[in-house]
Amino acid sequence: MASTLCLHVTRFTTQFPICCRRSTAWFIDDTRRQLLHGRCARRWCCRLSRRFSCSLRLRSPVSACSAQDWNNCSDAEDERYDVIVVGGGHAGCEAALASARLGAKTLLLTLNIDRIAWQPCNPAVGGPAKSQLVHEVDALGGEIGKMADKCYLQKRVLNASRGPAVRALRAQTDKREYASEMKKVVESAPNLSIREGMVTDILVGKNDNVEGVHTFFGMNFYAPSVVLTTGTFMSGKIWIGRTSMPAGRAGESASHGLTENLQRFGFEAGQLKTGTPARVDSRTVDFSGLEPQHGDEETNWFSFDPKYHITREQMCCYLTRTTKKTHQLIKENLHETPTYGGWVEARGPRYCPSIEDKIVRFQDKESHQIFLEPEGRSVPELYVQGFSTGLPERLQLQLLRTLPGLENCSMLRPAYAVEYDFLPAYQCFRSLMTKKIEGLFFSGQINGTTGYEEAAAQGIVSGINAARHADGKSLIVLERESSYIGTLVDDLVTKDLREPYRMLTSRSEHRLLLRSDNADSRLTPLGREIGLIDDYRWQVYQDKQARIAEEKKRLKTIKVPAGDLVADVEEVSGQPVKDSSTLESILKKPHVHYSILDKHGYGNVALTRIDKECIEIDIKYEGFIMRQQTQLQQMAMQQHRRLPDNLDYYSMTTLSNEAREKLSKVRPQTLGQASRVGGVSPADITALLIILESNRRRVEQQKWHQETSALADVSQDTMKATNA
Amino acid sequence: MALVPSFSYLLSRSRHSSVVRDSVFPKFSIALRKRFPLFFCRCYGPADNHRPITTVEAAKVETTLILKKDERFGSRGETEQVTSSSTIAAIVTSLGGPPGGVGIVRLSGPSAVPIAQGVFRPISRKRRNKSVWLPSSHVVDYGFVIDSQGNAIDEVLAIPMLAPKSYTREDVVELQCHGSEVCMRRVLQACLEAGARLAEPGEFTLRAFLNGRLDLSQAESVASLISSKSKSAADAALAGIQGGFSSMVKSLRAQCIELLTEIEARLDFDDEMPPLDEKSVANMIRRMLLDVDDALRTANYDKLLQFGLQLAIVGRPNVGKSSLLNAWSKSERAIVTDIAGTTRDVVEANVSVAGVPITLLDTAGIRNTDDTVEKLGVERSETAAAGADVIVMTVSAAEGWTPEDGELLARLKSNKVARTSSHVPMILVVNKMDRAISCEWLEKVSSSFTKHVLTCAVTGEGIADLESSLVEIMGLNDIHSGGRRWTVNQRQFEQLVRAREALVRLELSMKEAIPIDFWTIDLREAALALGRITGEDVSDEVLANIFGRFCIGK
Repeated sequence: MASTLCLHVTRFTTQFPICCRRSTAWFIDDTRRQLLHGRCARRWCCRLSRRFSCSLRLRSPVSACSAQDWNNCSDAEDERYDVIVVGGGHAGCEAALASARLGAKTLLLTLNIDRIAWQPCNPAVGGPAKSQLVHEVDALGGEIGKMADKCYLQKRVLNASRGPAVRALRAQTDKREYASEMKKVVESAPNLSIREGMVTDILVGKNDNVEGVHTFFGMNFYAPSVVLTTGTFMSGKIWIGRTSMPAGRAGESASHGLTENLQRFGFEAGQLKTGTPARVDSRTVDFSGLEPQHGDEETNWFSFDPKYHITREQMCCYLTRTTKKTHQLIKENLHETPTYGGWVEARGPRYCPSIEDKIVRFQDKESHQIFLEPEGRSVPELYVQGFSTGLPERLQLQLLRTLPGLENCSMLRPAYAVEYDFLPAYQCFRSLMTKKIEGLFFSGQINGTTGYEEAAAQGIVSGINAARHADGKSLIVLERESSYIGTLVDDLVTKDLREPYRMLTSRSEHRLLLRSDNADSRLTPLGREIGLIDDYRWQVYQDKQARIAEEKKRLKTIKVPAGDLVADVEEVSGQPVKDSSTLESILKKPHVHYSILDKHGYGNVALTRIDKECIEIDIKYEGFIMRQQTQLQQMAMQQHRRLPDNLDYYSMTTLSNEAREKLSKVRPQTLGQASRVGGVSPADITALLIILESNRRRVEQQKWHQETSALADVSQDTMKATNA
Repeated sequence: MALVPSFSYLLSRSRHSSVVRDSVFPKFSIALRKRFPLFFCRCYGPADNHRPITTVEAAKVETTLILKKDERFGSRGETEQVTSSSTIAAIVTSLGGPPGGVGIVRLSGPSAVPIAQGVFRPISRKRRNKSVWLPSSHVVDYGFVIDSQGNAIDEVLAIPMLAPKSYTREDVVELQCHGSEVCMRRVLQACLEAGARLAEPGEFTLRAFLNGRLDLSQAESVASLISSKSKSAADAALAGIQGGFSSMVKSLRAQCIELLTEIEARLDFDDEMPPLDEKSVANMIRRMLLDVDDALRTANYDKLLQFGLQLAIVGRPNVGKSSLLNAWSKSERAIVTDIAGTTRDVVEANVSVAGVPITLLDTAGIRNTDDTVEKLGVERSETAAAGADVIVMTVSAAEGWTPEDGELLARLKSNKVARTSSHVPMILVVNKMDRAISCEWLEKVSSSFTKHVLTCAVTGEGIADLESSLVEIMGLNDIHSGGRRWTVNQRQFEQLVRAREALVRLELSMKEAIPIDFWTIDLREAALALGRITGEDVSDEVLANIFGRFCIGK
């Protein structure tokens, strides 16, 4: 952002007054940066001329420029960005949009522009824990929630009666519409350029700082911040039965060379495996005997922005089940599957087992549920959920036809598995910047996660931080306790990963505080502070909070009037209502909802349904919420204590051997993070605390010694002087 | 010139404090940077840095840690005092040796004062009516420690030392109680029940050190102390868990985990699982609560084994209380004369009945007297009677049931009603049977007592009867016959209490029809507490269980 700004300053004097509207501090800062960029540019040129003769011609005008007016050279400017995002999936889109919206000149490099924001697996957004991620990304000013609201085919609220913290929204989306809508947004975003290209290397400067990327066809793109979101493409290989081919997704070529080059910089890489089931043609499916699954009558929304709350006609999903024939067919052909045939060692994720896994592991279960989900309004494709398999293609149609309703189906795409490279995320800080190379960020499946929502959550974090880094600002870290996003990132950079990481509500220790309904009041002020929440959204947010606060105050002060309301409440809750009780206190009673106030005319008509839900949750569960909040705060003080970056864990003899090893590898940033590293016991943490305090005192003591000895010298000198 | 070091000290302090401020109020630090970019942004922009940037420095760039509060709860949360750490309690005088005169239970931490207020009732002439203790730092107060039922446990001196003028630089309250192990443990137990956590070995010293109290040379010794002690404590804890108890705790914990698995699996994989049978879950929770109660009862028996019983011998002067003590304890602990009012203070002796240690308290004969010293003795007798688990009222067979005996009985009963809500058994001992006149009166008064025994302290006759009736009344037999002879230490007992609290809350949630997600909060807490007894963690186990047990996944 800074560089674009100073470009304006130097190029168009007419714009000067506009720039001056910013504080003078900015201006001074920018001039300094300008000098710096000039210096950098010259260095790149040297590097370039050494490496690529073809680019020498391109860059030659640059070397002719003096440091000051380098920015005037438009050729060079085209190659230079503040942030480069590699990959146009769900992480890449969020990262690129966040970065561009923060004013950073951003380049989105993707293998295929037509596959931006593609949903290669289940075209669905949300679900338990994942929906919280979507709400949080939206509260910060991200895009995924709006897209899901725009392109949904069906929406359902899961866990509706099981508590506000686990209530989850799930949407089936129109795969093609989703991709094209997101593409529109990305294409029309100011500050954001898109380009096709396969990145094979990163350019690293003298100080282990990233300077740009190098593509397969020899292009170099320069930026002080680079976000890698490689998905399943980095050395991707897809498998059907025993046959494999290099590919990121079926029909799309993989990206090669980047893993090796990253390893050259000292990164550790690993491999993960995931898969997707077959798609069938819905016109060949007989739905008449299948159990339909309709969407909710009252639609709920991911986005907190009411502009996107537009209801659409919903489509239906169907439920079928595996039969004896299915099980028999699989058992007869187990040797044909990668896991049981023994030619692929890596097992898939535990929460996403293949159908053969389910049948082998749960022998006593006679049948398993299979969901048929539409992939779009205009395509006949049906996603066969719960039916991923490693069987060869020749057996797959046969297998599908054992399912009731699919007896005569035709298969559009076979199920396949994909293996891809990832870089264990302990190599990243919690800002998602890598520890080895400054300015390089990782997001999405490259960090070992799975899921569009997980990707988007990391994407927005790295996008924000990439832009801030390019701008010389401090990076943002969301604490674990602040959000599911924080929990996700903390888990990734701290824990050992053995399978692709999926967000689950049970991963969060304080999930009662991290609900979907309060994602905005937790994160929107931060989004505003960062600069992703515009005035309109901020106004919407503040109005909503004001309405809620006011209504809570009103309920607290108004006494329950005698009459029908009391009788109704007593009947519904089975508890007596005291004379002096307030409207607030009756909302705390079991089974009593805000609607009862509406029914008797004591509700507030100015409130939306969402407002009422928030109010009800705040009042009904106040005791629980306060208890968790106190627990969290007690813990937070200690947990957030920062650890110095240069600790030598190997020399700490009071730590257990395992703790020394693990801590040296993970290099946690806070005490809380250290305590979550596997193999570190509470006794180790105590020992660590003692060491930290000892170190602090030792430093203080040394300082004191130095000062006193310096003082002694001075006094001796003065003594001498006076004597002389 | 003397100013120089002080100035540099100030500088270093202020730098230190700004670090503290940054970590405590990250929000504040952002705001500053935002408002005065000229001062701040340069420090954080790596591009401005002329020194070579290493990865270590890159890490320093990341300074903004965000723990956002929910704005909907914001205003309330901020005014509330944030307590930074837990409050710990422990007996700080030595245990195991011969009992000292005075024992000290120390509380340290942010809620040391509220906890002390919960267990300590001051007795002062000025504020006799006020039951809440209002401590002023370093001023000693005299009073009683009471347990959760309101029973007096011991008379103590409470010494509040408020932060930072204390050993740990936190609020500290020391309760000086009687030196016997029984007293100290009971006082400690009361503190734990009021919300304190049992201190880890060396934890007071650790806190003192971390709060800047000890000097550096002491640091190493603290470290080695803690590492060695925590190892030995772990060993001791493992050794302490005996078969029966550990298998019971393990099965309780397994039930918690199983329930958690059932519930959490449905929360995360809603549409793939058969619906949860909430009734059976509720039943299971009820059963668990009964089991924990049972364990606590057993632990209470165990408490008997460990802490023993206090038995107060009361009665008119010169009915042979001291002789009874001597005869029972087979010692000459108490001075015996024919002069009424020989015993002026409470005399202790220890015996063991059916393996349970019993502390006998011989008291001054209770009568109206003008003698100042004897008067104090009488007061103490009544206190001892009030705090005892069993009262043995002694009368003389030679004199029969006198009106004074009747008066004393009435007084004991009224004391009992005032101070204690629970039932304290009373045994009537008719002493001096060798000189008995008639025992017709016995019929009339025996209904006021749980049991009566005829003894002759001089010959030792009837002591065996007294023991057997004690065994019968206190149910000491059950410990052996029940086949559940395990020892529960203080730490394990504390966790059992925590588990029980969680389960009680859970039951309430079920009654109030609170949604199922809230059940997991307390279930998790119960499982954590039980896990601490056996030294296991919960978090990953539930997930592993879900994947192990259920067929999940799309």
